[in-house]
Amino acid sequence: MLLRVLAALPFIGILLGVPFVNRVEPLVLGMPFVLGWIVAWVVLSSIIMAIVYRLDASNRHVAADGEEVRP
Amino acid sequence: MSALVIIAAITLFALFLGVRAKHGHDMSLEQWTVGGRSFGTAFVFLLMAGEIYTTFTFLGGSGFAYGKGAPVYYILAYGTLAYILSYWMLPPIWRYAKQHRLVSQPHFFSRKYESPALGTLVALVGVAALIPYLVLQLKGLGIIVATASYGAISSTAAIWIGAAVVTVYVIVSGVRGSAWNSVVKDLLILAIVLFLGIYLPLHYYGGLGEMFHAIDAARPGFLTFPAKGSSVTWFQSTVLLTALGFFMWPHTFGSIFTARDERIFRRNAMVLPLYQLILLFVFFVGFAATLKVPGLKGGDIDLSLFRLSLQTFDPWFVGVIGAAGILTALVPGSMILTSASTLLANDVYRGMVNRNATDATVANLARILVPVVALVAVAFTLHGGETIVALLLMGYSFVTQLFPAVICSLFPRNRATKQGAFCGIVAGVAVVAITTTMHLTIGQLMPFLPDALKDVNIGFVALAVNIVVFIIVSAMTQSGRVEHTHASAH
Repeated sequence: MLLRVLAALPFIGILLGVPFVNRVEPLVLGMPFVLGWIVAWVVLSSIIMAIVYRLDASNRHVAADGEEVRP
Repeated sequence: MSALVIIAAITLFALFLGVRAKHGHDMSLEQWTVGGRSFGTAFVFLLMAGEIYTTFTFLGGSGFAYGKGAPVYYILAYGTLAYILSYWMLPPIWRYAKQHRLVSQPHFFSRKYESPALGTLVALVGVAALIPYLVLQLKGLGIIVATASYGAISSTAAIWIGAAVVTVYVIVSGVRGSAWNSVVKDLLILAIVLFLGIYLPLHYYGGLGEMFHAIDAARPGFLTFPAKGSSVTWFQSTVLLTALGFFMWPHTFGSIFTARDERIFRRNAMVLPLYQLILLFVFFVGFAATLKVPGLKGGDIDLSLFRLSLQTFDPWFVGVIGAAGILTALVPGSMILTSASTLLANDVYRGMVNRNATDATVANLARILVPVVALVAVAFTLHGGETIVALLLMGYSFVTQLFPAVICSLFPRNRATKQGAFCGIVAGVAVVAITTTMHLTIGQLMPFLPDALKDVNIGFVALAVNIVVFIIVSAMTQSGRVEHTHASAH
């Protein structure tokens, strides 16, 4: 459940956040603010999915199975 | 002349690599269509990322930034959300496909819902969406070669040559050819796009911030979403809709089946969003062009990247850019071609005409259909005119109609019925066809809505109609044993 809540954050940030940041100034890393906002969420999405991957038990299960198969 | 040599070299190299990809594999149906389900993280990654870097993004992404400004940001957003969804959505699809040895997207539908008729319908919808997409790649190819060769090769000749190259390597190697070529494509495009996106703003404006300040001063409002039209509501609805439709393209869906194990998708879900950021540099090129090569209108906005490159670089470098552009057309083109032929052979022929056809027959038929599909696409490219633009707009909305049926089928107890799925898809596709051909918008259909809602992507109407029909028909056709759960059936 926690994992899905984490994964929902980018949806909220990108879909619901954009109306509030629809402006040019201040520039973020040289980009218009609204573009910088979207880029920030793209980067955050990667980080969030990395955390999800770490926490997700199903990845460990598959790994454990794989090890058992090995001679 | 040097540009021409480079373009010719990369085309031959793509042909060589594509044909060589067959090496050491007997091309059975499963090998040809899904690479024997043996691809590791890197290949699956590239096949899925291949969706992002097509001629549409290379020419269209920069052209969109050049012509429309802020609305281009949506391209960056929808893929990210689609990759997040993929973490949970793709592994169960893959498991089912492996268990039932599926080779195509309609195959998935016909097994899940135990209905070859549904499979055939999905195949027809898929082909209707894929052909315009292939036409778009060929059109882009024509533009790129004609421009980068300084007119030495006509657009028509380029389209014929390009179509011939993909046809040959798809017949020989199927999806393996696409996989190997996407390695070269992605490396080349990565280098070129990064270079152009950093160099052009520096060279012409002195830096990224300076460039955006200059654009904002010259064209106020260009860098933010406008109040009407491509507004924030348009952005939200379009991003959500395209994120849902992302993996519903038959060739993208098919590339799920190529994976060796399911963790590949989860791993890719963390890297693919970052990989998308390269698109940012494509936008920068388009923005750099707005003030430097102004005046391109209509379809010509897609030329902005090349116009600016022509006036900035030596011919040999324009050749290198052209070569990268050719690969952005050839690789997705080959995936589409493999997919469309498989759909026709496996799901239309085997699904409807001859249910007892063997894998070997289907594999042969699929190969025979490759040049046929390619020829149809070339004909459309050269003589399509306006119709093809309309078809193309419909493509994405068409495949999005498959989303509800896929999601329902992933639940452990799927209450949806084949009749429900069938009618829902037909209804959704019909609404898309009507609204697109008549150029309707939500504002025209429902003028009483507040302004903000008028910009909601019209695709949502089709999806809503689809879901309603899907639920009602499924509820009506439930089998007796779930009688008592009618009320909550969906």
